[in-house]
Amino acid sequence: MYPRAFHYHRATSLSEAVSMLTDLGEEARLLAGGQSLIPLMKLRLASPAHLVDLNFIPGLEYVREQGNELRVGALTRHAQIEESAEAARVPIVHDCASGIADIQVRNRGTLGGSLAEADPTGDWAPVLLVLGTEVVCQGPDGERTVKLEDFLVDAFVTTLAPNELVKEVRITQPPKKSGGAYIAAKRSAPVYASASVAVQLAMEDSSVCREAGIALGAVGLTAIRAREAEKVLNGKSVDSRAIEEAAEAAMRAADPQSDMRGSAEYKRVLVRALVKRALEAALRRSRGEPVEVSHLYA
Amino acid sequence: MPDQVQMVPITVTVNGQRHSLSVEPRMLLVSFLREALGLTGTHIGCDTTYCGACTVLLNGRSVKSCTVFAVQADQGEVRTVEGLAGESSLHPIQQAFLENHGLQCGYCTPGFLMSAVQLLEKNKDPDEKAIRKGIAGNTCRCTGYQNIFKAVRAAAASMRGR
Ligand SMILES: Cc1cc2nc3c(=O)[nH]c(=O)nc-3n(C[C@H](O)[C@H](O)[C@H](O)COP(=O)(O)OP(=O)(O)OC[C@H]3O[C@@H](n4cnc5c(N)ncnc54)[C@H](O)[C@@H]3O)c2cc1C
Ligand code: FES
Ligand code: FES
Repeated sequence: MYPRAFHYHRATSLSEAVSMLTDLGEEARLLAGGQSLIPLMKLRLASPAHLVDLNFIPGLEYVREQGNELRVGALTRHAQIEESAEAARVPIVHDCASGIADIQVRNRGTLGGSLAEADPTGDWAPVLLVLGTEVVCQGPDGERTVKLEDFLVDAFVTTLAPNELVKEVRITQPPKKSGGAYIAAKRSAPVYASASVAVQLAMEDSSVCREAGIALGAVGLTAIRAREAEKVLNGKSVDSRAIEEAAEAAMRAADPQSDMRGSAEYKRVLVRALVKRALEAALRRSRGEPVEVSHLYA
Repeated sequence: MPDQVQMVPITVTVNGQRHSLSVEPRMLLVSFLREALGLTGTHIGCDTTYCGACTVLLNGRSVKSCTVFAVQADQGEVRTVEGLAGESSLHPIQQAFLENHGLQCGYCTPGFLMSAVQLLEKNKDPDEKAIRKGIAGNTCRCTGYQNIFKAVRAAAASMRGR
């Protein structure tokens, strides 16, 4: 189906994109990978009068290490992150990138677009929350840097002003002796998660956890940080009892809705199971074991 | 709502041939291929970016052409199923689908072929898991996927042998 007619504007720099948005006002939307926006436009759930295309702006597709950060340009495609050697050094980032939708969607969809879309079932938010992530936004008055937890406000709502855009994402690299894992349970590849879990453990030694990060996706209006579950592990030995307890606590933090992906009750139970699996994988990875983790298909 | 239809000039190389045309911005790449260029091998199966029937390669990467605007392919290179066969022989992937009965009605086949092309250009010897992952964005409504897997494996072997 055809989307409603719109005016097409091709930006050749970020500042040009920002001034186009400023001039065109609220009727304008940015077009990045188009993997969320174009389907919505085809179904006429979105009908922007103007689209500002970011795809012809050079130099926005990169993954680079800078200090203890992984810096990712807003227009970097999921598939480029999946293929990046730099990103592979943070296994949880690779877990996420390699399992989003399918290869065709990963070849187009961007990290900037995913975060800006703020879909509660999106895969990036839970992963980037447990790593400590900042979003660099550019507007008419220049740049500002926002913590991801402050950037995400509500389902499909961020702190971006209508004439602001995401320029770069800065991900803190985990310290040595860390391990993380991301597992999303999906009914099939090209659909969003029924529930997902991101775990990142910074360890004292091979069994005692210094700091745990646990975040849940698709079971609330935004990704949810499971703070009580983290407390269960902080400063403690990550044994099977602690894992069990953390999984129970994470289940209580989940706030799912019943929908076509399953009942709220099912999703809670799913969260508990995913937390256990992700913790076990993260622990093994923190000990240097190569563990393959990927999205699960029911 | 725009009061006047905007037309944007684009130049796209499709299967090695350059085409310069003006298109409405809302024209999808799949319609550009099918309607403007008459390349009807690329199919439309859904409206939800789900089925992969419309898969083509854009600048060497597989995309669902129902979810890319033609204006975004400007200055780019597109490869469609029409670009696979040579003058007198099928592409090894086409040959393998034929020999392994990797299809029934054939509607989904162009998309599967293009996904297989992308997969085998990146990975000459994919294992079962890599094949599953490589074609996870394509849906067939007729047949099981077993013969499609077999076909992709056979294509990989024959391409390695060349
Ligand atoms: C079949 C299918 C399955 C999918 N499954 C998953 C999944 O399992 N998990 C998942 O996480 N995602 C999934 N996606 C979504 C995919 O990851 C999208 O690529 C992503 O959500 C949006 O990114 P985009 O670059 O395509 O953005 P677009 O669709 O181009 O834009 C999305 C929104 O963000 C805005 N925007 C884009 N870039 C910027 C920017 N730099 N600054 C500010 N605003 C911007 C746009 O104006 C628009 O409002 C799926 C998509 C499809 C089609
Ligand atoms: S027609 Fe493009 S994905 Fe179905
Ligand atoms: S062979 Fe008929 S849809 Fe796949």
